[in-house]
Amino acid sequence: MSTTPARDAARPAPAEGSPRPRRPLRTGSTFAFWLFTGPFLLGLLIFVYVPILWSAWLSFFEARFTVTPSEFTGFENYRVMLTDEQFMGSLGTFTVFAALIVPTTWALSLALALAVNRLRFMRAFFRSVFFLPTAVSYVAASLVWKMSLFNGVRFGLANTVLGVFGVDDTAWLADPNPPWYWLVIVTVRLWLQAGFYMILFLAALQNIPRELYEAAAIDGARPGWQTFRYITLPQLRATSAAVVLLLLVAAYQAFDEFFNLLSKTTWGRPPLVELYYKALGDNQDYGAGSAGALILTLLICLVTLLQGRFMGFGRGEDAR
Amino acid sequence: MSAWSTHHWNRRSVLRTAMGLAAAGGLAACGGNTGRDGGGPGAGKRLVQYFHAYGEAGTEQAVRRYAEAYEEADVTTQWITGSNFESKLFASLLTDKAPDVFEFHPQIQLVRSGQVADLTDLVEPVKDDFNPADIRSHTVDGKIYGIRMIDDPQFFFYRRSMFEKAGVGVPATLDELLATAAELTTDKVKGIYLGNTLHPVVNPMIWASGADTLDEKNEIAYHTDGVVEGFRTLRKLFTSGDLLLDAPTDFWDPSALTQGLTAIQWCGMWAMPQMQQALGDDLGIFPFPKVTAAGKPAVTNGGWSMFVNAKGENVEAAKEYVKWLWIDQKEYQEDWALSYGFHIPPRTSIAESADKLKSGLPAEGVRLFNEFGHFDNIGWTQAMITALEDVLADCVRKGGDPERALDKADETVGRELRKLFG
Repeated sequence: MSTTPARDAARPAPAEGSPRPRRPLRTGSTFAFWLFTGPFLLGLLIFVYVPILWSAWLSFFEARFTVTPSEFTGFENYRVMLTDEQFMGSLGTFTVFAALIVPTTWALSLALALAVNRLRFMRAFFRSVFFLPTAVSYVAASLVWKMSLFNGVRFGLANTVLGVFGVDDTAWLADPNPPWYWLVIVTVRLWLQAGFYMILFLAALQNIPRELYEAAAIDGARPGWQTFRYITLPQLRATSAAVVLLLLVAAYQAFDEFFNLLSKTTWGRPPLVELYYKALGDNQDYGAGSAGALILTLLICLVTLLQGRFMGFGRGEDAR
Repeated sequence: MSAWSTHHWNRRSVLRTAMGLAAAGGLAACGGNTGRDGGGPGAGKRLVQYFHAYGEAGTEQAVRRYAEAYEEADVTTQWITGSNFESKLFASLLTDKAPDVFEFHPQIQLVRSGQVADLTDLVEPVKDDFNPADIRSHTVDGKIYGIRMIDDPQFFFYRRSMFEKAGVGVPATLDELLATAAELTTDKVKGIYLGNTLHPVVNPMIWASGADTLDEKNEIAYHTDGVVEGFRTLRKLFTSGDLLLDAPTDFWDPSALTQGLTAIQWCGMWAMPQMQQALGDDLGIFPFPKVTAAGKPAVTNGGWSMFVNAKGENVEAAKEYVKWLWIDQKEYQEDWALSYGFHIPPRTSIAESADKLKSGLPAEGVRLFNEFGHFDNIGWTQAMITALEDVLADCVRKGGDPERALDKADETVGRELRKLFG
């Protein structure tokens, strides 16, 4: 039995039923194509591709305090970055971060989607409520987390709640032993992004044909865990794979909350923060910074490809 | 139905209308807003100046007001908020959007890379009117590269009432400071606050243990047993439970002290008026106490200076503006130093007529500044400052070994020193 029929993307949209004679379709649509994609492509070229190529070029030069260097150094910057304790350590930080944030966001957004999907009334309201944090800026949310929820004084929300149970005030961010800062960093991102992935799961949930559940019920499957485990979860496989992939990429790009929550530390720096300090910090070393950025890009590509292979993302419907 | 229904609302016509509207909107946005209308006296030259965001009310308006009063050029002010002014400044100096004039601290790498212009001819005629230490800290090989606007001593502020209640006096050593903080700590109030990252006390701690950042030959002078001991004592304080951590505001803001979160706070003289307003006479100050027997109490004589971007397009016009405001316009200089926060004017003639600093606590602040103050060392650059901040993070906050952390800093600082002094 097939689920939703795959849409034939190559086929053009059905022509409008207008009897009016039209201008020649060819030039009109080509013009419209460039008109609509032009600004975007131009932006992409100027703000994405040119900087990437420039950065690749910089990575082979000694480029301190300049972005137009002249001293070619070959792979020296790559050697420096690959033996740099801080940069390699930042990959470790990223791994911890991804190990914490990917499963928690996956589970929470799926749970929210299941809950909202079961609602009989006010569904749109709750969907919006859970989705709203997505619109908040990471910087603003980090500041709220830092200054009111997780500040170290007695009137911080977390400390107030713990105070009821007689727990002493905790310095969530200043003291890395124990590393409470992970709690702050993971919860802020969880709050910000869970709603978005909930929408993805919700769409996928609504695409699961009802007959499957009916057939399962006839076969004696109990509603609840059993149908979730053997029907819902397998049917969500493609979406889950996409969500995990997107979460990993987002985790690699993490910057704002680390930068704003952990200042003047030598720990808790994911790759982008480390590269920021390397390239734009006191040394303004754009060569080494660019080399690090390219190493990071390669790593992201590699992980994405491996993950796609492993989880079957992008293999189409029959891979389910 | 009306005429509406006869119109052919197909996708194309709707889109065409929408595009037309969007294009018209875009064109409209291009007109009009060109800033000031031309024709003013200084319409030809445009200058951009960078200031970090001062916390005191009225400062931004004051800077803009001074710029407005200058007639030879159009001066635009960029008020840079956020805690990383230096990285924003350094990054923008590389671009063609770089400011013509900016405030910063004297750091030799800016001189060596030809980034800041030689201002000797501006300062020379009034050199004797400046605090000699402020001239010294801006001089490299006999040339003066910046004009000091304000001197900002940093020391401890404390609540007299809390000291009396706990029956403690002003501590004379770092160990006594720890004991005092322990006495002052209650379930509502922490004994002491050094800022959320603790980094403002790195330098005073080094000075108070009888060491210095660099010696006179520009070699490392901070790696001593006294400094190691200082870091160990600070670690003890960090884990004691008597230190306020993760407060909503940082050390430069008086709120932690005025709101009763702490009994002692490291802060700057700039915040004194706000503190006095909130606490009245319930306020005292003392320097960073000595760390070792050989040490001496210390005060950080920080401050801000004006520099001219030597790589800018309007170096001469920028120099003219800096001369006009920070050499000639004494009224503005006095306003800047005394009307918002308290700063010590680097010009002797202004400092002498500054009645606000002549009595009470401000006068005490001036005394600490003169007696225990350490001025900027132009050879101590941002990369070295960061290296020592990392030492503090590694051994005070993270609990690592100070010797090892200092060895690591030696490498970074040594590399910088070789680059700058050969």
